[in-house]
Amino acid sequence: MRIAEMLEARSTRSTFLYLLCLPCLFCFANSATAATPPDAPSVILIQNATVMTVSHGTIEHGSILIRDGRIAEVGQSIKAPGGAQVIDASGQFVIPGIIDCHSHIAAESINEGSVSVSSMVTMEEVLNPDDMDIYRDLAGGVTSANILHGSANSIGGQTLVIKLRWGQPASKLPFEGALPGIKFALGENPKRSNFSIPGQPRRYPATRMGVEVTIRGAFSEARDYKKAWDEYNKRVAAGEKNLIAPRRDLKLEPLVEVLEGKRYVHSHCYREDEILMLLRVAKEFGFKVRTFQHVLEGYKVADELAAAGVGASTFSDWWAYKVEAYDAIPYNAALMTRRGVIVSINSDSAAEATHLNQEAAKSMKYGGLSHDEALKLVTLNPAIQLGIDKRVGTIDVGKDADLAIYNHDPLSAYAVVQKALIDGRVYFDREKDIANRAEIEKEKKALTEKLKKAEKKPEEKKSPEKKPEENSKPPATTPTATATAASEGGAR
Amino acid sequence: MRLKLLCRCASTLCFAALLILVFHPPAAHAQGGEPQFFAIRGAKVFPVSGPPIEGATVVISRGVITAIGKDAAIPPEAWVIDGKGLHVYPGLVDAFSDVGIPAAPPASGEGGGPRRGAPEQARGPQDRPASTPWRSGAEEVSLSDKRVETWRSGGFTTVICAPKGGFFPGQAAVLSLAGERAGDLVVKTPVAIPLSFQASGGFGGGFPDSLLGILSYIHQVWLDTDWSVKAQAMYEKNPRGVARPRYDRTEAALAEALEDHALVLVPANNRVQLRRALELIERWQVSGGIYGGQMGYEVAPEIAAKKVPVLVDLKWPEGEKDADPEAKPSLRTLRFRDRAPSTPEAFAKAGVKFAFYSGGISAPKDILKAAKKSIDAGLASDAALRAFTLSPAEIFGVADRLGSIENGKIANLVVTDGDLFEEKTKIKMVFVDGRRFEVHEPEKPKDPPKGDITGKWKLSYNTPEGAEESTADLTMDKDGTITGSLTSHRGTANIISGYLSGDKFSFTINIVLDQGATDVTFTGTFDGTSLKGSIAVMGMSLDFTGVKPGNASADTTVQGGAQ
Repeated sequence: MRIAEMLEARSTRSTFLYLLCLPCLFCFANSATAATPPDAPSVILIQNATVMTVSHGTIEHGSILIRDGRIAEVGQSIKAPGGAQVIDASGQFVIPGIIDCHSHIAAESINEGSVSVSSMVTMEEVLNPDDMDIYRDLAGGVTSANILHGSANSIGGQTLVIKLRWGQPASKLPFEGALPGIKFALGENPKRSNFSIPGQPRRYPATRMGVEVTIRGAFSEARDYKKAWDEYNKRVAAGEKNLIAPRRDLKLEPLVEVLEGKRYVHSHCYREDEILMLLRVAKEFGFKVRTFQHVLEGYKVADELAAAGVGASTFSDWWAYKVEAYDAIPYNAALMTRRGVIVSINSDSAAEATHLNQEAAKSMKYGGLSHDEALKLVTLNPAIQLGIDKRVGTIDVGKDADLAIYNHDPLSAYAVVQKALIDGRVYFDREKDIANRAEIEKEKKALTEKLKKAEKKPEEKKSPEKKPEENSKPPATTPTATATAASEGGAR
Repeated sequence: MRLKLLCRCASTLCFAALLILVFHPPAAHAQGGEPQFFAIRGAKVFPVSGPPIEGATVVISRGVITAIGKDAAIPPEAWVIDGKGLHVYPGLVDAFSDVGIPAAPPASGEGGGPRRGAPEQARGPQDRPASTPWRSGAEEVSLSDKRVETWRSGGFTTVICAPKGGFFPGQAAVLSLAGERAGDLVVKTPVAIPLSFQASGGFGGGFPDSLLGILSYIHQVWLDTDWSVKAQAMYEKNPRGVARPRYDRTEAALAEALEDHALVLVPANNRVQLRRALELIERWQVSGGIYGGQMGYEVAPEIAAKKVPVLVDLKWPEGEKDADPEAKPSLRTLRFRDRAPSTPEAFAKAGVKFAFYSGGISAPKDILKAAKKSIDAGLASDAALRAFTLSPAEIFGVADRLGSIENGKIANLVVTDGDLFEEKTKIKMVFVDGRRFEVHEPEKPKDPPKGDITGKWKLSYNTPEGAEESTADLTMDKDGTITGSLTSHRGTANIISGYLSGDKFSFTINIVLDQGATDVTFTGTFDGTSLKGSIAVMGMSLDFTGVKPGNASADTTVQGGAQ
């Protein structure tokens, strides 16, 4: 079973463990500890690069002019205006910043697993802008991500799209104007028949049928709730006095938004039957599913997906990690694309997100997508799925200057991100990162020494029973209250 | 003007004296021999509301401060204390604590009401999981909590006390740390509604089991409370033909506390949490405060802009004692540990109103030591003093009656032999509500200790009621000072003083017997493996012996002592 997904489905406690084992995975671990947002010169010119616009082909020796965070000009020979900061990208490749349609980074809490309808919870409230995974994913060229609730619930929490503005406070992360979403989940994870915990009652539902009934039940409630409010508002408008308003219900409000088309549904799923089930339920209640996530059997129902206008966000080549993933094939993305489905490749994992470019490239081998089609899987297509394609996803005049600069063709296995820009700010710079490492190590060493001195005295005093060799051990290193896990640690 | 004042003082005094003569001829004996008039003469007085006054006199009459100044008249019946060389401070306030509530919580479901007793798995907000906002520090305070004395002896005359446990643990009250009955301790209630974001049940314990769920739950409860107030009012006006809004204990308790202007206290320690707390307070439209606050140095101006007061947890972050030596803390963690004590100064500079609280610190001496770290990190010592006195009084709306040394305020005072924040300074006496408590300086060991008495000891002795056993959990410093606790069937009491000098040991606990709080002193000899000696309690002397029950439990003791 896929580790990330398994943990996501299980519990926030496991998520914590998962987060604990991550720091060893990536070399940029400590390189941007106390991030402060970088300066944004108002005019930047990237020149001499191979510019892969995604929308209108590749420009050799191309330039991109950025003004106030937006792309002002794209072409072959653009003169640097006075005062412009010039980035010489000779021999380098620029693509639109990668968009990850399924991510669980930057959150202090992932899953409210206690109930099967947890639509009252919202990822926006638990955003953790200090999560190092933001920086790690930036280093993989990701500039926007759809932050989703876990998949333990038929109807999970509210999701949102963020930009990976490392160093900015939580309030600056949300992608301005992007429609909010909500996570649904079908199949094994919400039915939880494989996740029973000894000594604990099994949560309803326990079958795919139960998942369907749970979703129907929630939308019936939401419909009634909407009716009650509509009626109340009507009576108030008619001038009636002394009316007791209906109670506000935070669980049902987002579902009413779904019914009203103000909130996207992103549904985790695997099997064709459950995919068709949700399409039927959505039709019955009159809402739209925006994307199916993972959707490993999507190739079997590609025509139905295309007809319903639903996006598919899948993996490149993972299968058989769980019973419902046995029928997965690496041709999924290509086959669905050929049938007219808007397809993206997502990460579902902070580590995976650092090489989504390679994940996209696999669809060229499996299914024969073109270079541009493959690139679209992680740029324009997820932008369309998230409703942000007017702002990002291609390199076009007027769009946000969210760009990733590679040293090789981004679809090559040798490609390494050199710079990642969001809104025309360089949020990741590989050269600077490497240059900073020594400095950071130096500061860490100095602080460790200082703290050792300050904390040693009381320790010695309090535990005179310690033998000398015990005292010579390195100082205590795991903090009781860390930056990310202080007073709310228990809530994870 | 001055003459008038003097006259007024004099006439008040005369009147007071008359009262005493008429109604209580032997005033000193009327209340169990406890004097009610004091004058501390010629001390250095720190009123906090104004600059320190050298050589000043503070007069206390029947629980309140009645005069302060260089020329304050001393009433003839006052017990005069020579304040030469002494400092007088307002009684210290622990701004967020459960001191006063004995460890064992009352049985849940107590007091009736529609709530069920046994906690079932909550299926949603409607089940009101882990919410007891009707509990109250004022209701649950009990003099049997030994920490009342411990805190008082450490200079704390006041605590903001709230029950613990759950997302809405209960209401906080301002308590004075002395009295005959529990009710005597209550100064004001409710003053705050603390929240907690700790999921108590853990995963599988029902809704909510994550920070996500907890926040959504609290949102829903505030909405419901607001709805309930409006709906009830509507229904009262016109009950006919309308469905009756249901009664909900959580909503009712919260609505009432909010009406009493209780401050909603939000937990937040790092910068992400602090910013989130500011947003939550704004969203809930409540008068809010923050507790924790240790990474405030990063966001002080933002907090100041929102005018949200912060209770700063003095249990500064530090490395875990038994940490995995391979685990390297991140730079962010190291910086946090280094800079946390600079938060109070950052708050002072930015204009954030802040007060100190003990957090996880279990000895009052260590609370002041932790505050000293902030002074070392740049905080002016008068600002530190304010964070222990007038600021918490202002935050909790009791600055009209305590928090500074001013005429008419409650006579809560700490008298020391020097600067409060200097480690070598001794607290000489404490006044709570005008009652004087002497602080006994623990005897210093004369000789270096022979051996190490640290460990868990089983003590056996015979009382008039029969044979008894208790467990002494002792930790010894290099210089022989003994700290720890003693647990018997009566409960657990902390050791208030103790030492090992040569092979002679002595340690004292303070427990509540029928007659009131009593010191119990254990003295004897330590031969390296066992204890032998006598217990002095209320004029009696009992022989006792002590042994270590085994290595396994001794190890536990070592860990316990190091925390």
